Amino acid sequence: MMKESLQYKIFKVINVIILLLVVYVTLFPFLNVVAQSFSGQAEIAAGKVNLIPKGFNVDTYKTIIHDKTFWINYKNTVVYTIVATLISVVMTTMFAYVLSKKRLIGRKFFTSFAIFTMFFNGGLIPNYILIKSLGWTNTIWAIVIPGAISIFNMIIMKTFFESLPEELEEAASIDGSSTYRTLLTIILPLSKPILATMVLFYAVGSWNSWFSAFLYLDKQELFPVTIYLRNLLAGASSGQSAGATSADDLTQIAANIKAVTMVLTVLPILMVYPFVQKHFVTGIMLGSVKQ
Amino acid sequence: MEPVAEVSKKTPQEIGIPEVKGNRLIRNLNLIRKDWQLYSLLILPIIYLVIFKYVPMLGNIIAFRRFMPGGSIFGEEWVGLHYFEMFIHDANFWHVFKNTLLLSSITLLFVFPAPIIIALLLNELTSQKFKKFVQTTSYLPHFLSVVIISGMILQITAGNGAINSLIQFFGGKPILFMQDQNWFRPVYVISEVWQTMGWGTILYLAALTNIDDSLYEAAKIDGANRWKQTIHITIPGILPTIVTLLILNIGNLLAVGFEKILLIYNPLNYATSDVISTYLYRVGLQSSNFSYATAIGLFESIIGLILVFSANYLSKKFTDNGLW
Repeated sequence: MMKESLQYKIFKVINVIILLLVVYVTLFPFLNVVAQSFSGQAEIAAGKVNLIPKGFNVDTYKTIIHDKTFWINYKNTVVYTIVATLISVVMTTMFAYVLSKKRLIGRKFFTSFAIFTMFFNGGLIPNYILIKSLGWTNTIWAIVIPGAISIFNMIIMKTFFESLPEELEEAASIDGSSTYRTLLTIILPLSKPILATMVLFYAVGSWNSWFSAFLYLDKQELFPVTIYLRNLLAGASSGQSAGATSADDLTQIAANIKAVTMVLTVLPILMVYPFVQKHFVTGIMLGSVKQ
Repeated sequence: MEPVAEVSKKTPQEIGIPEVKGNRLIRNLNLIRKDWQLYSLLILPIIYLVIFKYVPMLGNIIAFRRFMPGGSIFGEEWVGLHYFEMFIHDANFWHVFKNTLLLSSITLLFVFPAPIIIALLLNELTSQKFKKFVQTTSYLPHFLSVVIISGMILQITAGNGAINSLIQFFGGKPILFMQDQNWFRPVYVISEVWQTMGWGTILYLAALTNIDDSLYEAAKIDGANRWKQTIHITIPGILPTIVTLLILNIGNLLAVGFEKILLIYNPLNYATSDVISTYLYRVGLQSSNFSYATAIGLFESIIGLILVFSANYLSKKFTDNGLW
């Protein structure tokens, strides 16, 4: 009974091969882009570059690194990410903390008020009109405010706060500690793991976002780096570029430039990835409890 | 009838007991005043929700009203169902509606089972290190910007991209994937599977660890092989998770990857790639038909809402599992 059948042994070997294939397929596009970023234009155009750079050079990196607009946009991404994360984490913490308190009058109402927005949202046009009429076009606010609270994240945090022992706070309030002080000096220090998760959720989200910048910003000096990249992609994608002799020409011209931009944009994410990944998994698990 | 009503109206004042409702209100106000610090933390989040979630929701009213750019965000005058009639008679709308349903159904068909299969395969691994390695790498696409992913799709499917060099290696002719409307759906669906198959395993793997080991022991004693154990223990063990995630997915059926399509589609493949959200985007924001686009958007959200509620209802009825 304890011996594995031959079939199962064969299965196990095939299983490892399948999963290695999954890993290969997942990583291939990355490695391909990295290889292209170090390759020559001619070699990419000839379709010779797969996993190993052909016509190795770092000239494209030099070109991009000397491109002022790229760095201005990169800096914008950093600024937007920091500001957005800060606002989001503070707002989410406040909201989640209040809703986690059973003594809150109207707790059920406020929770439903928040959750309803997960199932029904205003939609593209009403949101667009709102931001326009707030006069937020070409301001950082259009980027960092509209997505300030993710209800999904708020629920994760609320679930965490609810799991903390109530006696902690009771003891503090008997000692005359105010709600603000209890939150800042007792609750938050105990919530470091969930705070880290929130920071990462929001930071990765804003680092990667592009659509609100695409809608509400039209000055190049305000663009985040994702828009810089999008414009490269859109400029070279077929059909849309007026004046190009052939769509493929443009694709060839920009291929290694696009590759370098992609590598440089994704680099910060890759560097924090192992750490981020762990917290994301924890967050998803916490969220699924109440979802 | 009347005297009774009168009596009950008078009673509180007459006997000297304050009205119960008023009493509770005053007690609550006192509680709120004492606990004002807690309630003050609610102010900003509620203002945020009202302005950025509920005002746009009400803003949908312009689907029934004429809207002037620069005028009130709630429109100028009622036009009834004018814009709804417009899109019902718009052949383009039905075209993108069909595209949306097709694209999202095919996506669901492939994207949904992929993580389940991978989770089951991961579960059969004996080496925890290898398992961790596969997990960590396969989560990666989840962390990338849709702009990067779109860039990768365009590079790989390009005339001189990696897929075509593979095709040529085997003696085939290169395919212009993004210039050919027949290739859009496969490219999109494969990219979705690629993006989500790893990350999607998390909840299934969690459910797998929760299955009671003694069930497997008992099955072994009964002589069930690994395959039978999978069919009779493992799959039933993760069934609630499967159902819950299926409901969520069905509820989001119409919400195909708008941003990704917007980034990778082009007029050459509109015939298959144009979906409700991209059409709405072009009609609304590029051609400034705000009210018309809002009507389409409202229609889309209402169908979405109906889908979520019906999926939840059915799931509760048949499996006792629901989202709420």
